[in-house]
This record gives sequence, structure tokens and C-alpha cells, in this order.
Amino acid sequence: MHGLQYIVAAGFFQSPEVQVALMVGSAVAVTSAVVGTFVVIRGQSFLGHALGDVGSTGAAGAALIGIQAIWGFLSGGLIAGVAVDVLSRRPRERDVATGVVLSSMLGLSALFIYLITQLSSSTGVTQEILFGSIFTVAPRLVWPLSVLSVLALMLIGFLYRPLLLSSVSVDAAQSRGVPVRLVSLLFLLAMITAVEQSALVVGALLSTALLIGPAATAIRFTRQLGYTLLLATVFALADTWVGILLAYNSFTWPPAGRGWPVSFFIVAIMVFLYLVSQIIPRSPSRRADKGGDSQ
Amino acid sequence: MMQIWGQVFQPGLFTYPFLIHAWVSASAIAIISAVIGFFVNLRGESFVAHALPRGAFAGAAAAFLVGASSLLGLSVFAVAMALGMGTMRRQGEKGVSTALILVMALALGDLFLTVGNAYAPEVFALLFGQLLGVSSAEMIAITILSAVLLLVVGAVFRPLLLSSTVPEFAAARGVPLTVMNITFTVLVALAASLTVPVVGALLAFSLMIGPAAAGWYLAKSPGRAMAYAVAVALSSVWISIVIGYDTSLPVGFLVATFCLIAYGGARWIHFSRSRRAPAPSQRPQS
Repeated sequence: MHGLQYIVAAGFFQSPEVQVALMVGSAVAVTSAVVGTFVVIRGQSFLGHALGDVGSTGAAGAALIGIQAIWGFLSGGLIAGVAVDVLSRRPRERDVATGVVLSSMLGLSALFIYLITQLSSSTGVTQEILFGSIFTVAPRLVWPLSVLSVLALMLIGFLYRPLLLSSVSVDAAQSRGVPVRLVSLLFLLAMITAVEQSALVVGALLSTALLIGPAATAIRFTRQLGYTLLLATVFALADTWVGILLAYNSFTWPPAGRGWPVSFFIVAIMVFLYLVSQIIPRSPSRRADKGGDSQ
Repeated sequence: MMQIWGQVFQPGLFTYPFLIHAWVSASAIAIISAVIGFFVNLRGESFVAHALPRGAFAGAAAAFLVGASSLLGLSVFAVAMALGMGTMRRQGEKGVSTALILVMALALGDLFLTVGNAYAPEVFALLFGQLLGVSSAEMIAITILSAVLLLVVGAVFRPLLLSSTVPEFAAARGVPLTVMNITFTVLVALAASLTVPVVGALLAFSLMIGPAAAGWYLAKSPGRAMAYAVAVALSSVWISIVIGYDTSLPVGFLVATFCLIAYGGARWIHFSRSRRAPAPSQRPQS
């Protein structure tokens, strides 16, 4: 026990902020890892990231009219998700449609933030919306956020087989009678739920990181989906916990004694893991078609 | 009539030096963004066009901390990210490396801003740009650099077009695909570092996505698509400057809105055309 105090700074487990951060962070990590695995397999990283960004547009709008940020995040995500789906009639149009929707939503963001700064003189809202912080989550949000996490996970569980089939090969899924269109719409819903709740608690930046990083790393180690999901979850959880611990410890670090941002630690660990996974030889008999469907 | 004219084109719009700087640099940026955006669109790489300006913002934050020029910080960071994206790319997982490099750059930006305690107005300026704050030296630099970039695009136009549309054929003709990947991401990075200080990190990519997408729906040949893209981009920024000067609304918002309107209009024209004459107007397959 004596060695532990060098690793864990005093008061870590007693601090209520840390407790909330650990709880919320774990929920976000698990949901993001599971949903993210399918996002990576389906080649939808851009949409996954865009949903986090547009959530902050909704949040800025919500701040403007004075409703809770969570409704802003969810409606931003829903509007963008539906718009992308409507605009991409052909698979080829998906990339551009996502880009156009994202850029319009960011334009709206610029307008909202401009209006907010006109109405009040606070500018702190910009950095908060961009980066978020896991240490400032209000404890009363823990329950609604956990419910959203569970909803997203249940949706994935419900879709598991058909989703896997249609993610790996649309043709094979169609020939077996899987309603591909419905499955992809329901998955979009799961994605919106997962991304928006994580964008709210950890910020758009970490939301993308936790969605893509653990899944992309885990996919390199195993070819079985079950193990990939498990491994991605383990990576995401370990990464989040270590990141929170390091951020807590860093309050005594140079240069300012102000603490380094938790997002930096989590992302740095994740990118390190991903790079390691790229160096090791991939498992030999991995199905050739698995990573093959870009966009 | 004259009154309306005077309301829209308020005094000083074409005479104040800071507005002349805005007109010139915005036009240069619109042209280069539309041309690079043409390739972004062709290759289906909107994520790269979004990630590079956004991540380069982190570099500018770092430069601000060490007291260097933010344009230098932007370019160094953008090019480093572009090299990473060009080389880390894997078959079928291109979005993954882009996403990871983007979050790494943003996390570094977050770190620099927190540790350096850069105060929020600086961040705000980088995020949303300062079209009306371009100095004359910056205007000259932006114009020259845009012209140089255009020449570079002209030099690599054929191999880049080939490798973007028919990669197998291009490879058979001896075009090195990895080199072309890196060339493309670096071109986007350089365009981004010119655009970010002017229209902001969040919206630098509107100009790369919207006009080029509109161009593809309007035209059937690559040359025309690019010409349309340039026209759309130019008119978007020009209208945005006029309205921005009249109303003091953020220019980024206006540019994004007009790009969206152009995109919507182009799709509508494309749709009604294809209904009237159901000829297969194929966009080149990438």
C-alpha cells in the first residue's frame, strides 16, 4: 500500500469530482468502444466525428434559448444524422453530404456563439463547448447519461447479427433477407445516442477519440468480432481510468500547478496503443473483406 | 433604387484599406480552396479537409505560446498532420488515421491552451477568423502563396486527377499512389494554413466542400466542375463580405450558409435535369 501513494496522489478516491468522472467516464468508454467497433468496420469514422461536432452546435443553440444542453446535443445529432441520410442517396455521396451538413452546422455554431457573446460578455463558453471536461460533469446528469448509454448498448445488442452481416457485406446481408436500410437507420440512432452523450460529458474531442481509437486498435489484434468488442472495451476503460488518474496527479506538475487536461492524457495513451498495434504483425488469417468497405 | 443600392453597398465597402485587404485575400483563398476542394470531393476525403484546418488550429495555439508567428505554427502543424495522414493510411481504414491524428492535434491544442493560459479571445479569433483584420503584408503573402499553390496544383494536375479517379490505371501508368496521397494531403494542409487565419478553423473547410460539391452536380466534365466550383466559392465570399459588412454577422456563418445554398441549388438543378432527360450523368468513380 505504501508504494501506491507515489502513483495515486492523495485524495484521489475521496474526491467527489473524481468519483463522478470515473463513473461517467466508464459509461462513456464502454458505449463508445462497442458502438465504435461497428463505426470502424463500417468505415463511418467521419460521420462519428461529425455527430460529436454538431452536438456542440445544438448545445450552443440550447444555451442561447436557455434549455438544458443535453437536449441541444441530442437534437443537433438527430438533425444532422437525418440530413446526412437524406442527402446521401447513393453511397458515393455520403462523404460530401457529411461534409456539407457538418460545415453548415458549424456555420450555425459560429452564429450562435456570436449571438451568445453579443448577449453576454462571457467567452469561456467557446473553449468549454470545444473541449468539455470530464471533471465538471454535474452529478445530477449521471443518471440520464447512463440511461442513454444503456439504450445505445441495448440497440446494438438487438441488432447484433444483422448489423454485423450488413457491415461486412451488404450483398450477403441482402441475400439473407436482412433489411439493410432499416438496420443502418437503427445503427445511426445508436450512434447518435452514444456520440451525443459522450460529447456532452467529455467534449467533442474525446468523444471521437474514444469512438475510433480503442476499436481501431482492437481490430488489429483479433479477427473475431466478440473478442474485438471485448478488447476495445478493455482498452477504452483502462485508457480512461489511467487518463483521469494522470490528470488528477498533474495538478502538482509544472509549469503552472493548474493541472493538465484529461483529454490530453486519454488521447496520448490511445494514440500510443494504436501505434503499437500497427507495428505488431496482424493476425494472419484475418478475413480479407472485413476492412474493405470504405465509406 | 439608389437608396437600396446605398443600403447594400454601404460607404467604404470598396475604399477602406482593411476592406480592400479582405476582398483580395478572400478572393485568393476562395480560388485556391475551390481548386483543392475539387480534389477533396473527387477522392471522397472531406474528413481530411475538415481535420487539417481544425488540427492546425492547435499548432497556432502552440505558436502563440512560444511567441512565434501563428501562420508559421499553422503551416508546420498542418503539414506534419498531412504527412502523418498520407503515410498512416490503410486500405479501407482511411477515416481512422485521420480521426486519430485530428484528436491528437486537438488534445495538444487543449494542453497548450490550458497550460499556457492563453485567454479566450485569442482562441475565438483563431476559430472564427478575422477577415476584416488582414493586414496589407498578410494580404500580399496570402496572394503570393495562393498563386504558388495554384502553380503546384497545375504541375501535378494530371497524375493527381488520374490517381484520384482510376487508381489502378494510374498505378499501371507508373504514377506512385502513396506519393500522390501525400501530395494531396500536403496540398490540403497548405491551403488550410492560408485559409484558417482568415475565415477560421471551423469554417476553412466550408470553402473546400460546398463549392466543389456544387460544381460536380452542375458540370459533367472535370474542367467545368472546377470552373463552377471557383465561381461558386468567389460569389459566396463576395456576398458574405458585403452582408458581413452591413450586418456584422460572423463571416464564417455567412460563407457556410451561401455554400450550403449553392450546394442545395446545384442538387436541385441536377435533380430536375435528370428527371427531364434521364441520361446517366456519371460522376467519375473514385
